[in-house]
Amino acid sequence: MRNTAMNMVHKLAARDERVLYIGSDPGAGTLRAMSKEFPKRHLIEGISEAHIIGMSAGLAMEGFVPYVNTIATFLTRRCYEQVAVDLCLHNLPVRLIANGGGLVYAPLGPTHQAIEDIAIMRALPNMTVICPCDADEAARMMEQTLDWKGPIYIRLGKGGDAIVSKAEHGFEIGKAILMRSSGDVLMVTTGIMLQRALAAADLLAAQGIRAGILHMHTVKPLDTAALLQAIRGTRLLVTLEEHVPSGGLGSAVAEALIDKLGSGLPAMLRLSLPDRFMHNYGSQDSLLKKHGLSASAIATSIEHALAASHTPSPQLHST
Amino acid sequence: MVRVLYDDVLRIDPSNPRDPNRDRAILSKGHGCLALYALLADRGFFPLSELDGFCGSDSILGGHPEYGMVPGVEASTGALGHGLSIGVGLALAARMRERSYRTFVLLGDGEINEGSVWEAAMGAAKHGLDNLVAMIDYNKLQSYGPTDYVLPLEPLADKWRSFGFAVQEVNGHDVGALRTVLKQVPAVAGKPTAIICHTVKGKGLPAAESNADWHHKNKLTDSELDAIRVAVGDF
Repeated sequence: MRNTAMNMVHKLAARDERVLYIGSDPGAGTLRAMSKEFPKRHLIEGISEAHIIGMSAGLAMEGFVPYVNTIATFLTRRCYEQVAVDLCLHNLPVRLIANGGGLVYAPLGPTHQAIEDIAIMRALPNMTVICPCDADEAARMMEQTLDWKGPIYIRLGKGGDAIVSKAEHGFEIGKAILMRSSGDVLMVTTGIMLQRALAAADLLAAQGIRAGILHMHTVKPLDTAALLQAIRGTRLLVTLEEHVPSGGLGSAVAEALIDKLGSGLPAMLRLSLPDRFMHNYGSQDSLLKKHGLSASAIATSIEHALAASHTPSPQLHST
Repeated sequence: MVRVLYDDVLRIDPSNPRDPNRDRAILSKGHGCLALYALLADRGFFPLSELDGFCGSDSILGGHPEYGMVPGVEASTGALGHGLSIGVGLALAARMRERSYRTFVLLGDGEINEGSVWEAAMGAAKHGLDNLVAMIDYNKLQSYGPTDYVLPLEPLADKWRSFGFAVQEVNGHDVGALRTVLKQVPAVAGKPTAIICHTVKGKGLPAAESNADWHHKNKLTDSELDAIRVAVGDF
C-alpha cells in the first residue's frame, strides 16, 4: 500500500506541476525515480516535522499541492499544532501520507504505534481523514486527492495487505462502500479491518448469521447517509478499528447516529484496541489478535453480543 | 520595525492585495498585531474605522491576525514558532515559480525559544533562500521577564550566523538605519538574512519601557492613560 501511494505521488507529479513530495528522512531511495525525473519537486527536509508542515503550508499558499510523508506518529503527535494552525486553520491542500497507521510498527513499540491518530486528526476542523484498505484502493484514493479542497490525512497500512477492494466500487472521498449487503449484523470498517471483517463475515455465515459490511474508508467526512441506509433491518451494528476506543471510527459512527436518530439507537458493539499504550511487540497481526481483532475473535464477539441481546430487533429507520 | 517594513520596504499594493508578485510579510509574533493593523489601515488595506472594533465580536481584527479575515495579512499567527517555516515555504515557492517577491518574517525574541524556529532556519539555509528575511524584535523581554532569565539567547547573532544566515544588527528604533539595512537585503547573495533589531519594549512610554508587568496589561488607570496621551503627543 505504501509503495503504491508513493508511486502515485510520482504519477500525479508527472501529470500536474503543482505536486510536490516532501519527506522528512524517509528510507533510502524513497521515490528515487521521482527524484531523478523531478528533482526540484522531490524535497527531503530532515527530521523536523513541525517545520515541514509550516513549510508545506507556505508552498500550498502559493498554489502547490505538497504530499508530506513520514511515519504516522511523527506526522500527527509531533507537529499537531502546525497541522491544526498552518494547515487546517488556513484550509490548505496539503496531503499527509502517514506510514504505518495503527500497529504496523508493532515491533518498534509505543513511540511508533499510531493508535490515536484518527481521533486527533478528525478532531480538527477542515481535516479529511482517509484509511484505505489495500494497495488498489490506495491508488484509486490518491487519484482523488489532487483537487480535494483542504488538508487530508492518509493513514497507510503495512503493505502486502490482501487485495479485497474492487475496481467496480470506485472510490470517492467521503463515500462509503457497501462491500456486503446488510443482514442480522452490519460491520463498519476502516483501513485494513475490512479484510478481517470479510473473513469474520464468512465465519458468521457458517453459523447462519448474515453480516453486512460497510467500508468507511473516509472517517471524516463520515458518510452518514450510507450508514443510515446500511443499518436498516440489522440487529447489531459493529464498528471495527485498529485504534483506541476514543475518537476513532466507532466514536464517529456513534456520534452520527446520535445526531441523526436521537433515541431509538441500534444495539452497537465497538471493537477496537484498548485505551492504553501497547507494551507488546511482535507483529501487527499478532497484536491485533491479542486484542480481539482477528477474524475469529471478531466473529465470536459478534455471536456473544447477539446472544446477549434478548431484545427484539430494533426498528431502525434512516429518517 | 513594522512601520519601516510596510511604509518603506514592502512592494505591496492595497488595491491588488493578492498580486502574485507582491512581497510577503508574516508577523510571526502575532501578538504584535496592533502595530500591523494600524499600518495596514494606514496603507489602505481596510478602512481606518475598523481599528475601533479591535477584538469586538464582529470585528475582522482579533487579538492575533487572521488570514482571510484581514486584508493584507498573509498568514494566521499567534501560536509562536510558525511564521518562519511558512516563510520558508513562500520563499521556496518564489524560487520554484521564478518570481521576484521577497518574504519577510518578523519574530519575537521570546518566540525563538521555539525549536521549530531553528528547524526552519536550517531549512532556509539548506535552500540558500536569499529571498527570505527574518527580523528579530530583540527587546530582551518576554512574558515572564528578561530573556536572559527565561532562556538565554546569547550569542544570538552567532547562533543565526552558525545556522547559515547573513546577520545584520541594527537599532530597531533608528528608522533610517533600519530602512538602510532592509533595503540592502539580501545581505549576502545565496544566504537568508537575519536582522537582529535591538529594541526597547514600550519605547517612548516611560511606564512601559522594559517593564514586563506592562506586557499583558489591558486595564489602564486614568493617570496611565494620561501618560500615554502625553507620550503619543510627543511623536
